[in-house]
Amino acid sequence: MIDARGYSCPEPVLMIQAAMKTNENCYEMMVDNRVSVENVTRFANHSGYMVSCEQKGNDFLLTITKSE
Amino acid sequence: MKDDIKLTKLASCAGCGAKVGAGTLAQLLQDLPVHQDERLLVGFDKSDDASVYKINDTTAIIQTVDFFPPIVDDPRLFGQIAACNAISDVYAMGGEPRLALNVMTVSPELPKDAVHEILRGGYEKAYEANVIITGGHTIQDTEPKYGLSVTGFVHPDKILKNSSAREGDVLILTKPLGIGILTTAAKAGMVSDEVKTRIYAQMAQLNKTARDIMVKYEIHSCTDVTGFSLLGHGYEMAHGSGCTIYLNTSSIPYHPEALEMASMGMIPAGAYRNRDFAESHIQWNSKKNLPLEDILFDPQTSGGLLISVSEEDAQNLLHELQDHMDGVAEIGYVTGQKDASIILI
Repeated sequence: MIDARGYSCPEPVLMIQAAMKTNENCYEMMVDNRVSVENVTRFANHSGYMVSCEQKGNDFLLTITKSE
Repeated sequence: MKDDIKLTKLASCAGCGAKVGAGTLAQLLQDLPVHQDERLLVGFDKSDDASVYKINDTTAIIQTVDFFPPIVDDPRLFGQIAACNAISDVYAMGGEPRLALNVMTVSPELPKDAVHEILRGGYEKAYEANVIITGGHTIQDTEPKYGLSVTGFVHPDKILKNSSAREGDVLILTKPLGIGILTTAAKAGMVSDEVKTRIYAQMAQLNKTARDIMVKYEIHSCTDVTGFSLLGHGYEMAHGSGCTIYLNTSSIPYHPEALEMASMGMIPAGAYRNRDFAESHIQWNSKKNLPLEDILFDPQTSGGLLISVSEEDAQNLLHELQDHMDGVAEIGYVTGQKDASIILI
């Protein structure tokens, strides 16, 4: 899992961008603010991935899966 | 020296994106004691750009203050942009700026020569605007910040409020949008030098030319488009004027690179605050397009003027502005009040 808690944008987007270089089908990422949820979702959609978001206390777990 | 310090690394949020949201601000100002004074022509009740106080029948004084953390790494450029942004509020009221005070915080990491360069940038723009900086105040902080408190003058009958647009007016915007998104992308190393040069030059451009041209025409209302975005400031204009603003999405100017950067998630936090504040007052009659929406909610630093001009004068004003400046466009018009404050077509 990519832990982007404590980072503000654009860092979480750069973290998922770097991770996607391995071209896997699924990534999990933890962020701690709504702006990161939105921005990582936009980036993932742009890169051909779908995102589901689950709130975990004050944090958000993003499951990022390659679109069919 | 430019290579040694990265000013934006010292800041948690950049430029006008650091502004507290409009909704939060309204709550913070609630229930505070204020004197009534009939000479106070513009106060904070309509969320205007600056306050205006009548001295006599021919002169009113305009006061405003604006400062923020670094939006660029070059200290001199940061000073220029911060000064342009602060002085702009006087232009947005139709006034002429005259005096200013530096407002500054310095952090321990900031070398003395960088502080000096920030100030140099501020003084250069003040000089260009015929403004004299007469002093200021500097304190220690964890991150650097710079701006100006600016005093200007205007004839009391010529004040351009942000709440006096009239039905039938045409809306003109004098600088393209996308600055918040592109500076966020620049922080991530994702924009070319050409784009950086273009947006930095735009932010370091005073709204003086636009103001000096505009005042020759029949202008009913004006504001500068800064931290609250086009839709946030547009909402304030529409709501304050008791009108509805129609914006033509295909004619709103923006830096084309901002569309791709928005779709890649290079969106500053302020854009989401602006969306929270204004979204419920906006109706989309045009096809929804998320990256374009993000641009319309994007906080601008040292943005352009949004001018509400009489229909008769609109084309002449537009042409004169376009003769002197790049990126000026007619973006919409004003009608009587409809279901939403802003309707995007």
